[in-house]
Amino acid sequence: MAGLMSGFGHYTHAVVRGIPASLAKEALRSCQAEVDLAEARREHEEYVEVLGTRLGLEVVELPADESLPDCVFVEDAAVVCGDTALITRPGAESRRRETETMKSALKELNLNIVEMTDEKATLDGGDVLFTGREFFVGLSKRTNQRGAEILADAFKDYAVSTVPVLEGLHLKSFCSMGGPGLIVIGSSEPAQKALKIMQQMSDHRYDKLTVPDDLAANCIYMNLPNKGHVLLHPTAEQYPESAKVFEKLKDYMLIPVCNMQKVKVDGALTCCSVLINKKANI
Amino acid sequence: MTSESGADSEAKQPRENKETEKEKGKAKAAAAAEPASPQNQPEQFPAAAGHSTPARKEQEQQEVDQVSHRSSISRLSRSPLKGVKKTKIMECKVALLDGSDFTLNLEKRARGHVLFDKICEHLNLLEKDYFGITCRDVENQKNWIDPGKELKKQIRTGPWNFAFNVKFYPPDPAQLTEDITRYYLCLQLRDDVVSGRLPCSFATHTVLGSYAVQSELGDYDPEELGSDYISELRFAPNQTKELEEKVMELHKTYKGMTPAEAEIHFLENAKKLSMYGVDLHHAKDSEGVEIMLGVCSSGLLIYRDRLRINRFAWPKILKISYKRNNFYIKIRPGEFEQFESTIGFKLPNHRAAKRLWKVCVEHHTFFRLVSPESQPKKFLSLGSKFRYSGRTQAQSRRASSMINRLAPLVERSSSKRYNMSLSLDGAPIAENHETPMKDSAAAGAAKILTKGDLITTVTTEKKAEEEKAEQEDAPTDAAETQEPTTPLRHDTKTDSEQTDFAFDGEMTATESDADDDSEMRTQDTSPPEEMLKHQTNISELKRSFLETGESSPGLTEWEKRLSSSPAHSPRGDEAPMIEPLELQDTKDEPPASEETKEEVEPKTTKAAEYLVKYVGDSVATDLASSSGLHGISPSTTMDDDVFMDGTLREVDEVAEREEIKVSPGAVRQEVYQAISDKKGTLIILKEADDKVDAEGKETGAAGEEEEPALRGEAEGGENEAVMGVEIWSPKMEANGVTQIKGTDSPKKAMASWISEVVKTEATEVVGASTKASDAPQPGEEVQTEQSKSGPSQITPPESSTTSLAVSTLGWVPSSEKGPPEPEEKVVVATETEAAPAESTGPTGCDVVEVGTKEVPVVHTETKTITYESAEVETNGDVDPGVLLSAQTITSETTSTTTTTHITKTVKGGISETRIEKRIVITGDTDIDHDQALAQAIKEAKEQHPDMSVTKVVVHKETEITPEEGED
Repeated sequence: MAGLMSGFGHYTHAVVRGIPASLAKEALRSCQAEVDLAEARREHEEYVEVLGTRLGLEVVELPADESLPDCVFVEDAAVVCGDTALITRPGAESRRRETETMKSALKELNLNIVEMTDEKATLDGGDVLFTGREFFVGLSKRTNQRGAEILADAFKDYAVSTVPVLEGLHLKSFCSMGGPGLIVIGSSEPAQKALKIMQQMSDHRYDKLTVPDDLAANCIYMNLPNKGHVLLHPTAEQYPESAKVFEKLKDYMLIPVCNMQKVKVDGALTCCSVLINKKANI
Repeated sequence: MTSESGADSEAKQPRENKETEKEKGKAKAAAAAEPASPQNQPEQFPAAAGHSTPARKEQEQQEVDQVSHRSSISRLSRSPLKGVKKTKIMECKVALLDGSDFTLNLEKRARGHVLFDKICEHLNLLEKDYFGITCRDVENQKNWIDPGKELKKQIRTGPWNFAFNVKFYPPDPAQLTEDITRYYLCLQLRDDVVSGRLPCSFATHTVLGSYAVQSELGDYDPEELGSDYISELRFAPNQTKELEEKVMELHKTYKGMTPAEAEIHFLENAKKLSMYGVDLHHAKDSEGVEIMLGVCSSGLLIYRDRLRINRFAWPKILKISYKRNNFYIKIRPGEFEQFESTIGFKLPNHRAAKRLWKVCVEHHTFFRLVSPESQPKKFLSLGSKFRYSGRTQAQSRRASSMINRLAPLVERSSSKRYNMSLSLDGAPIAENHETPMKDSAAAGAAKILTKGDLITTVTTEKKAEEEKAEQEDAPTDAAETQEPTTPLRHDTKTDSEQTDFAFDGEMTATESDADDDSEMRTQDTSPPEEMLKHQTNISELKRSFLETGESSPGLTEWEKRLSSSPAHSPRGDEAPMIEPLELQDTKDEPPASEETKEEVEPKTTKAAEYLVKYVGDSVATDLASSSGLHGISPSTTMDDDVFMDGTLREVDEVAEREEIKVSPGAVRQEVYQAISDKKGTLIILKEADDKVDAEGKETGAAGEEEEPALRGEAEGGENEAVMGVEIWSPKMEANGVTQIKGTDSPKKAMASWISEVVKTEATEVVGASTKASDAPQPGEEVQTEQSKSGPSQITPPESSTTSLAVSTLGWVPSSEKGPPEPEEKVVVATETEAAPAESTGPTGCDVVEVGTKEVPVVHTETKTITYESAEVETNGDVDPGVLLSAQTITSETTSTTTTTHITKTVKGGISETRIEKRIVITGDTDIDHDQALAQAIKEAKEQHPDMSVTKVVVHKETEITPEEGED
């Protein structure tokens, strides 16, 4: 029986992209930091391996493009929900071309492609939080109202509410989904405020998991056959306090993933993949 | 979702035209009198009809005398001859959801409900509260027909053409009792989808379409259906071949699925759509930006294009009003705000503003209140008297739970509207061989009575709410029981100035009254000044409690509470960090409201409601200000709320309620929550309810009540010990609502209600309604009580009455299942969420039985009286699987009624017994209600120390005028 909006966290495919050497120097970042390219690549390899080998997803790996230093952060280039993929128009001018490769990859996967052609619209996938029941779109430096409208048009089944992102790069710089109906949220004031807004705008009920570090609130949740609840979260090395929180989660397969280097260029865990559920397609 | 605009008009037009043919074929349509022969298009009708009487007005042109239009089903036709001259008969044409038309003749002066009832009868529809009749005005805008008003007043001009539509989209259609109701809801939704009012993705179109096909055509059968059958049906605004193919693919996989099942699947998918049940209205914000206001079951949504830019849950809204073409909502202050704010929107015109306002009032009442508000007093008639007078969802659910007929046959193949080429004849609904119960409520009530002491009524929703409530509130430290009473007294006397309740809808011209133009108060904001002091104290207490609460540093008070509430942390103790993220309106509010209340309250001096909670030694006090609260009318009966809230079982809503205090239930919830928070663990397996109504200052009643109450307590105690479950200390919650308006009302009735609730096991509480007592008084008072969730209403038909009700609840939770371990918590949590859907075979619970056995069963009656007309409230069993028994013992003295009410619920192996005592003091103004109340409480307290006062209601009523329109 086909059911809509069911199976939150079910994924079969992941689209990732390699790290160009230009990332170290040219990738956008909100604060200056030295990136160890080799270490970053090692991290990314491990990340991809978790998705592919450990979790059994079919990983589509796109080649890095030196002219696109931020291209590893594929999440911003597309929003996929169900069988529809919205190709975004990234807020940073330098990243616009990242969508090209993404688009063809998603086409290959037989998704219905919706493109954001309006030149007034900008949207980074990192500003899009899909809870399984609705979308929250952060209005940030990278995403504007028009972008959110187009997203709402692309995914008509769901309510799309806007949330101002006052601090941090993206909405998901301080939150993510930690399970069905569970929002992982950072404890900073802006994060909590954003959460309040989300609460107010929503008809649904969520639980929240508050972690001390905002950046640690960016996790990847999946619900996979034979594995159940899976949560990829930052390591204890990186965020010791937050890690303690994750460790208390029961009935989860917890996978700490190192993200020390990518975070320097504002890359969080969700940023590095676009997850797709092909089987759920109707 | 429905749109105010004529968006759907296109969809309907075609069917109307087709309709006529269908009409012919219908045997049933005999009703459609001969005169209304198919050829007669509604528009043409007037001319043909004119003969009976010279037309005095345009409308009358359409009149048709009875002789010519005798209808077989028309009651009017009984005395055709007489009618000829005196009664004007009008032909009404109603577009039904399946695309057919239903034509009937009505007396010209018939009110809306007459037409509505006839349509429902024709449709064989019992759960009719979700539906309504619309007609288009001059601007082709859809307006809902007010059942209480004469049709002719609502149709200024033009033919009597109507449409039958879903008015309130049930958030959970699976909870509807009958398949036939879901069938009609499906038809409405199919129209909503096809017309584009309910946007959905391609994938959703295919899914919904496939279920619609299965429902209408049955299994895929290439031989019978051919290959192109699908293109004859409509699924989407822009239907493509691709869509049809996908629909067919899915359809093929549904072999064996019955139409009713297909409809359930359809609804399960449709209800998740974000625009499901959202009634959109075009507007502009204060800066002139085009927006849409969406009214839905949970509140008011603000859209800009397709984006939701704001949302105001009902609990968040204090007042709704309109003036000229402006529509205003007054918002409860947020967590960090000091004052309430008013937000204005510009509607295209006055009518649109008023229409929006009415829709809001109706949705709020239907989905949020236990029973409708009574209408404003006449002397306050400055504003609109409009109120939603139908049953609320809670009432409707109870009533429909009493439906006891074989499922009627539903002929589904005739939904021509979507079927482009087929033209099958036949009424949409096959006649049911069973005698349909025309008046479900009445019938239901009758049945209950026959069952004797056992009433299987289940109102799952309520349970859920209660649980939530329990989880939410944190008890505060000891406050004295007496306090609640005192404030109440004040209330009683101070409320006299509550003019503000009045909707000044009509006073559009007055600028000064902007706010009051026509307003609906969803909450009480202003307590009498005298009360302020008390409230302040209480809030202080509460605050101090909150501050002292054991909680992790850094968390806000509500966060602490939330985090400690077991139900919300599914992972139990081990994962304490997961906190429920409540809708802001709900959880956030408690704190906010506390802060704000003080300020707000001072402002107004209308009716004030307070809530004082005592928990064990600690007392949590909440001030709930509810003046016109319940939104709408100050003088409404607060009683009902107490238990009824539960009925609204949406989880979200529950939380919301608390804050709102709109419904007494909310208060309760708070208490419960408080309890749970404090202990950190909440497990309620059994609930014992003891309701005793004692009237008069005497406690004579008390004597009787004692037994049940004591037992309840005793049980609680036992359970605690045995179970090792955490026990909450009984809480005392006192909610006082006073609404007294300085009136000329000759009489007052005061009722005090003290209820004890002992919870032993966690269960889902089901609402059982029992009618506890009739006030012996000069017949002015009617009480309705719903056990457990039972709301009680006191509605004095005439003359004003004041009733003071105090209800006490004591909870002693214990679980048989075991210690209040995290696991249990999980269980609880689950129940809350799933409660509505759950239905379990009734199981006897020992404890429960014990409690109940000892109490003699007198009888149970449910009766609901609304200001409009007396309705029978039935507490029914919503879910067959849940068994609820309710016993009510009533004793009466001169002017006192004492009712002991015991309810048992068993669900999923968990049973709950609840004992409530209710004391109602009724009398004239002469009686010193305050004193009587104080005494009653005191005595009750003495008898049952554990008892908690849940609610104190002072109710005063003046003449009620049922049907006035706001116009």
